[in-house]
Amino acid sequence: MENLKLRFTTRGPIPGTARSTIVGVVASGNLEVLLERVLDQNECAVEIATPVRGYDDVWKAVVADFVERASPGGMRISINDGGARPDTVALRLMQGVRTMEAGDE
Amino acid sequence: MSETGRPFAASASWFLSTARERLAKLLDAGSFTEFVPPSERVQSPHLALFDLPAAFDDGMIVGCGRLGGKSVLVAAQEGQFMGGTFAEVSGAKLLGLIRAARDDEKLPRTILLLLDSGGVRLQEANAGELAVAEVMRAIVEARAAGVAVIALVGGRAGAFGGAGLTAATCSAIVISEQGRTGVTGPEVIETNKGVEEFDSRDKALVWSVTGGRTRRLIGGADAYAEDTVASFREATLALMGKARPFDLATLRAELARLAGRVGRLGGCDSAVAMWSALGVADPRATADMDDPAFVALVADVKGAGDDAR
Amino acid sequence: MPSANHSVYEAHPVRVAAAVEEAAHKVGEATEQENCKAVAREGAAVFRPGARGSSMNARSNGPSQRAWDTARQSREQRLAAAARYARGKLVSHEDATKLLEAVVRAGDRVCLEGDNQKQADFLAARLAEVDPAVVKGLHIVQSGVVLAEHLDLFEAGIAKRLDFSYSGPQGAAIARALKAGKIELGAVHTYLELFSRYFVDLTPHVALTVARCADREGNLYMGPNTEDSPVVIEATAFKQGIVIAQVNELVDKVPRVDVPGDRVDFVVAAPSNFYVEPLFTRDPAQITETQILSAMLAIKGIYEPYGVKRLNHGIGFNTAAIELILPTYAERLGLKGRIATHFALNPHPTLIPAIESGWVEQVHSFGSEVGMDDYMRARPDIFFTGRDGSMASNRMYCQSAGLYATDLFIGSTLQIDLAGNSSTFTKDRIAGFGGAPNMGSDPRGRRHASDAWLKAGREAAGETTSLPRGRKLVVQIVETFGEKLSPTFVENLDSIELAKSLDLALPPVMIYGDDVSHIVTEEGIANLLLCRTPAEREQAIRGVAGYTDVGRARDARAVEDLRARKVIQRPEDLGIDPLDANRSLLAARSIKELMRWSGNLYDPPRKFRNW
Repeated sequence: MENLKLRFTTRGPIPGTARSTIVGVVASGNLEVLLERVLDQNECAVEIATPVRGYDDVWKAVVADFVERASPGGMRISINDGGARPDTVALRLMQGVRTMEAGDE
Repeated sequence: MSETGRPFAASASWFLSTARERLAKLLDAGSFTEFVPPSERVQSPHLALFDLPAAFDDGMIVGCGRLGGKSVLVAAQEGQFMGGTFAEVSGAKLLGLIRAARDDEKLPRTILLLLDSGGVRLQEANAGELAVAEVMRAIVEARAAGVAVIALVGGRAGAFGGAGLTAATCSAIVISEQGRTGVTGPEVIETNKGVEEFDSRDKALVWSVTGGRTRRLIGGADAYAEDTVASFREATLALMGKARPFDLATLRAELARLAGRVGRLGGCDSAVAMWSALGVADPRATADMDDPAFVALVADVKGAGDDAR
Repeated sequence: MPSANHSVYEAHPVRVAAAVEEAAHKVGEATEQENCKAVAREGAAVFRPGARGSSMNARSNGPSQRAWDTARQSREQRLAAAARYARGKLVSHEDATKLLEAVVRAGDRVCLEGDNQKQADFLAARLAEVDPAVVKGLHIVQSGVVLAEHLDLFEAGIAKRLDFSYSGPQGAAIARALKAGKIELGAVHTYLELFSRYFVDLTPHVALTVARCADREGNLYMGPNTEDSPVVIEATAFKQGIVIAQVNELVDKVPRVDVPGDRVDFVVAAPSNFYVEPLFTRDPAQITETQILSAMLAIKGIYEPYGVKRLNHGIGFNTAAIELILPTYAERLGLKGRIATHFALNPHPTLIPAIESGWVEQVHSFGSEVGMDDYMRARPDIFFTGRDGSMASNRMYCQSAGLYATDLFIGSTLQIDLAGNSSTFTKDRIAGFGGAPNMGSDPRGRRHASDAWLKAGREAAGETTSLPRGRKLVVQIVETFGEKLSPTFVENLDSIELAKSLDLALPPVMIYGDDVSHIVTEEGIANLLLCRTPAEREQAIRGVAGYTDVGRARDARAVEDLRARKVIQRPEDLGIDPLDANRSLLAARSIKELMRWSGNLYDPPRKFRNW
């Protein structure tokens, strides 16, 4: 398994009051993303556990674009990856943010 | 959306939904509270040894909620994660839920098991086998203590191996056409007995033997749902409060029922032969007819409704 | 040669044997007779030597002394050799191997049908059983190399040379056999190209075909699975070749004559029905959210603005997703009747909801699809059907239709390079391209206009021309990463490496970059028609290549400039929210729902029935 930890400073927090949510499942080509509103509102931490080696740069690029687009301040984001492709990763991250914005889970 | 003429229900498919999606739409809106949620990160300590990813809930979601206003305990297996398998953590979560119901009369008297599992997780086989045995014992003890345990089967992994055994110990089983129950899975039969004995890639064969329609027709399941979360909800609501007392009379009736089934169907060598023996007028049409037609058919078949559990 | 041969030609095989012997006796000199037999045996057209050199000179202005019917003689010899196994045209399946040893000669060109769908599997197995000391060095000329038996022929030395179009499941085995020197590869053709060569320089000596049933005269009924057979048989039969048909059953009267009996020499009733691959069945349950997003992009960003009515779809899940969101997403956009009305397309089960919702006016098909027979029979307004009611397909006609009479081809691929060239070959798989290179090319011989074609032509020409000229829309729809996280976008196609390692004269390219008009990925649409320089084209491709190495090496500013010019369009530029791309948009979410849509007329194959 490969573990990546990334930290970002964001423009601000994502709206909503939900404390946490989980989207996706750990399956072949899929992933689960756990979002928890536990950090300072301009901070975002992303932890990734993946069995696929050698894609650090791709993960960093996908997550950096996501942070730029969604500004997920306050979020601790934890990912269990089942070998998902970048488009699926980006989609799950956005689904997670939308669920957090929607209110209580 | 313009969907006039769409020849089937447009609501969420049970088969295609995740365990969490099923729970969210099965229970009264917003009523679900999870025990040991993903944020506690109680996940398998073993999978990393095999370079396999873990899941924050180990593929087992347990908690409580309300169904039609009545309180229930629920457990749901995620069939897409490691085949929904019984393992150390997932087994312990399920066992804890059932034992709590057994021991605490203040907890809800109904447990819904959303089974979606191929059986025991090979990477944690000893813990998984133990979990299955303990879960079966706990279900029986909980039923003896007055708890109704209802299994809902309609997921991708079906209910095989330990999940098949678990389903058989429940008070009642709700199944959909896509659902399957059994002990030895099709691939295992093919591997051990040869493709001539059982061709696991012949899905029509697999479903005719293990699938929801056959199970319902021969009395192996007590209620039939369409492949929608809404239909599972309706079928489960109809079973609530109907469980018989788990006593000697019920067990004797169950044994008599099973003996009668073997007598009626024991000589059949195919599902079509069984359906025919049950008096189904056009057995070959059984698989392809739509759900309302099948429900009407079941109502007429002797044996489908003689549940004693 | 004796004029008696003209009457012999039409005759019964047993009488042919006697006639050939008689004709041989009439050839005066023993040396000539031997030469003649040898010539006939080889089946090659060579000059018959004159009896004396002096007489050749003396007649230099008179009729040629060449023998003009050596192929016919060879055919007659073969028929004679086969006669002992035949009653009329009928041969018992137990004698099939002996029949093949009697009629197939070393070095023959053989078409063992053999396409991407139906298989003459019984005859393939029998051909693999012939004595390789006698029948060897065959040149296989068939569109599909699909069965294990097809490769066995090369392993055993029965066959040596191969010209084909599509290999599908045998792609890896072909690559191994090539590297081991077991196969001499001619070319990987498009269908139209291979069929055309049947009439020029790859005419089969023997065609082994397959039909649903035959009568005693050899009339064949193929039903919806007519496919390649008419073109294969016409080329073989009219050039003095031998045609043998494997059939499921013998009948007194065939429902419809797909191939006339006088083009068929032998009929073998096989002990089991021939195999048909359900190649075009895509289970909607396996369609991903990303594929649905790409399908929405294609409809909103291409079908709608160009008003694409006449089209062909590839066989992947991306195009299945398009078919399944016509009655939902595209209907919401108000596009019914304005797009996707006329198809050159196999009977894809995923098209059923669009047909049933009144979207589709007409479909002509290359072949059939397992389980669709009854549905097509009940929809003659949509499909081409015979007087017997069953659908009729023809791969050559439909490929021509797809080439000349459609405005858009959309399909997937495994790799795309920086110039837009695509290939489905990888380092260890020779998959073949099937029909994609025909459909996925701009036919420069087209001379009829349509709005879609003219708009594409205007975009390609820019301000530079005063002469209006159209352009076909050739769309590659892909996900940026394929199976096992392999990138779809690459600096260099694997097929170029493969061509080097195998010393192929022509690197296998499925669709050339200059034919591609658009590339659709989950990142957006790149309109290559609007690119004016190779550098622009490269950045347009990088701009939709997502997080692949190729995508991450983009020039971000150049890509934003292209986006401002609408050369690149992102989902948000088209008003599409990726989070709306979910499975509830699919008109059918499972095979069973497709069956329901069809009113249970569609009979899905057993391996797709999870009920």
